[in-house]
Amino acid sequence: MKQLRRIFERIVEVMLALSGSITTLAIFLIIIFLFKEGLGLFNNSAVEKGYVLCVHPTNPVEQLNPQQIKHLFDSEITNWKEVGGRDEEIMIFRFDEIFSIYSDEELGEDYALLPQKLGEVIAQNSNIIAFLPEKYLPEDRSSMKVLLSGTIDVAAFFGGQEWQPTATPAPQYGVLPLVLGTLWVSLFAILIALPLGLGVAIYLSELAEDRTRKILKPTIELLAGIPSVVYGFFGLVVVVPLIQKTLHLPVGETAFAGSLILAVMALPTIITVAEDSMRNTPRAMREASLALGATSWQTIYKVILPYSSSGIIAAVVLGIGRAIGETMAVLMVTGNAAVMPHSLFESVRTIPATIAAELGETPAGGTHYQALFLLGIILFSMTLIISLSAEFISKRQQRKGVL
Amino acid sequence: MNKKTTQKIAFITFRALGLLVVAILLGILGFIIYNGIGVISWEFLTAAPTEGMTAGGIFPAIVGTLCLVVGSMVFAFPLGVMSAVYMNEYAGNGWVVKFIRVMTNNLSGIPSIVFGLFGMALFVNTLKFGDSILAGSLTLGLLILPLIIRTTEEALKAIPDSYRTGSLALGSSKLQTIRRVVLPMAFPNIITGLILSIGRVSGETAPILFTVAAYFLPKLPTGIFDQVMALPYHLYVIVTSGTDIESSRPIAYGTALVLIAIVLIMNLLATSLRKYFGKKVKTG
Repeated sequence: MKQLRRIFERIVEVMLALSGSITTLAIFLIIIFLFKEGLGLFNNSAVEKGYVLCVHPTNPVEQLNPQQIKHLFDSEITNWKEVGGRDEEIMIFRFDEIFSIYSDEELGEDYALLPQKLGEVIAQNSNIIAFLPEKYLPEDRSSMKVLLSGTIDVAAFFGGQEWQPTATPAPQYGVLPLVLGTLWVSLFAILIALPLGLGVAIYLSELAEDRTRKILKPTIELLAGIPSVVYGFFGLVVVVPLIQKTLHLPVGETAFAGSLILAVMALPTIITVAEDSMRNTPRAMREASLALGATSWQTIYKVILPYSSSGIIAAVVLGIGRAIGETMAVLMVTGNAAVMPHSLFESVRTIPATIAAELGETPAGGTHYQALFLLGIILFSMTLIISLSAEFISKRQQRKGVL
Repeated sequence: MNKKTTQKIAFITFRALGLLVVAILLGILGFIIYNGIGVISWEFLTAAPTEGMTAGGIFPAIVGTLCLVVGSMVFAFPLGVMSAVYMNEYAGNGWVVKFIRVMTNNLSGIPSIVFGLFGMALFVNTLKFGDSILAGSLTLGLLILPLIIRTTEEALKAIPDSYRTGSLALGSSKLQTIRRVVLPMAFPNIITGLILSIGRVSGETAPILFTVAAYFLPKLPTGIFDQVMALPYHLYVIVTSGTDIESSRPIAYGTALVLIAIVLIMNLLATSLRKYFGKKVKTG
């Protein structure tokens, strides 16, 4: 009987230990799955799946990078000379155009003659670039040259300034505008929230009476509990129109609106963490300062603030972390234009908002889907660095507290 | 400037800032309540949306959110409590616990949209649950684990060691001590954590976007592999992409009010529970 119970206790202990590792397991699984879904992107052809770009066989150009392809099809590059070819105007030929050249009868039953006709069109124009489905390529390749388009480039992904995942024939996956947009909105949010939050933290920890604090603290914690979609809704119906009217902007959905809402959302974190660390200042230090004739205010900013500085930094870092990862509120108020941020009063788009807005429309496994998971990895790494540094900073303060 | 005047100016500023932050909070709450209270009726709470979500109620969304709350708690609550018991009662204070604690903190710092991505990759696509209550609940459960673990750990830490040693001295085993002494005493605070988690889960949108939430689905779910509507996603949809944004505004206010009410009630419940049991333990 006793032995049975010992075995039972052992089993329970193992189960407890297993559940103790659940959070670690979750983190590893998240990392594994984000990479598993995302990393395939760099093995994919830069041209849309199932399509190829063809040129005249005598054209000296062998390869185009995604950006060149895009500029070419946007008619920003109009001469082959610009991409290393002959001095010849570029003629763009999209697959659909074949149907305006030949009637359905000429293309034969089930479009059996289509590949051959495509070959003829290309052979006739030495300056052509044709964007065709792979399955309609003629078997006889002597009349055309298929361009090597290369795979999606790591450098172009991280350094690219254009995010146009639905552009044809070459989608543009440049994450720079999204990364900068995220940082832009979050940093301004913290710039607004920091003085406010610090002031309230000083008030709560040093000035407020016990009774006031007991009402205020839970109220502020409540602020943290309001769902982000409600903040977004409030931002959309109140803050956005207000910004538009008072600043005379064409649209109110701007980075500034996002920063304001994020500031309010980051306030509780900043206030709570900063206040905790101020209250941890040893009483002896306060009293020593007061005994030397310093006023309360002098004590606050010459003794308490420096003493709790690492706690305050941790508060800021955590606030930034919360702002960077915030999805719904930002999605609803920033307007979501995927451009490099220039001013506070223009629309920007953040990483979380991009994922939330675009993932629903992409087929699983496609390049766009993979690119969104890579964005997830970038976001994950940003917040991981932030929480680790916050941890490191607050550890430093704890150690100081012991001394 | 005299140092007394400086102090006065500084202190007045801080008081004003404190007031300002409270005013912001009350302003947001007041705005939603003022605009939403007229919309709330028995019919609003118990009818399905009609006419392209510009009329009718939000019943399916309420039921959906309820399903997700129950589902995520069934998964996360026992796991979180067990994890906390292991960390606080068994694992001592070695590097294992420190490592787990760092991991738990990191998990709580991961943005909710990343949980959405992960839930979609693992539960929806790899395990083939599809967009379902199961996939959504598991995703939300993972998201809420750190909060449950943290509150449970705090509850366990608050119990004086003398109770444990007393029980052990009377000859009970470690497991008996935990089950009969530690857990019952920590129970009220653990429940507080559960209530706070329910408030948090009901408001999360990003994790359910790609794992469970349906744009419009007036029928109620019949099993764990069904899609459901959910309150936060419903609010997002009618605010941004409804067929007629202007005429669905009242419904948006009503939905926002219901969401806020859930969070407020859960928070009040948690605080009063904490206060009530806190007093009882002290005097008892």
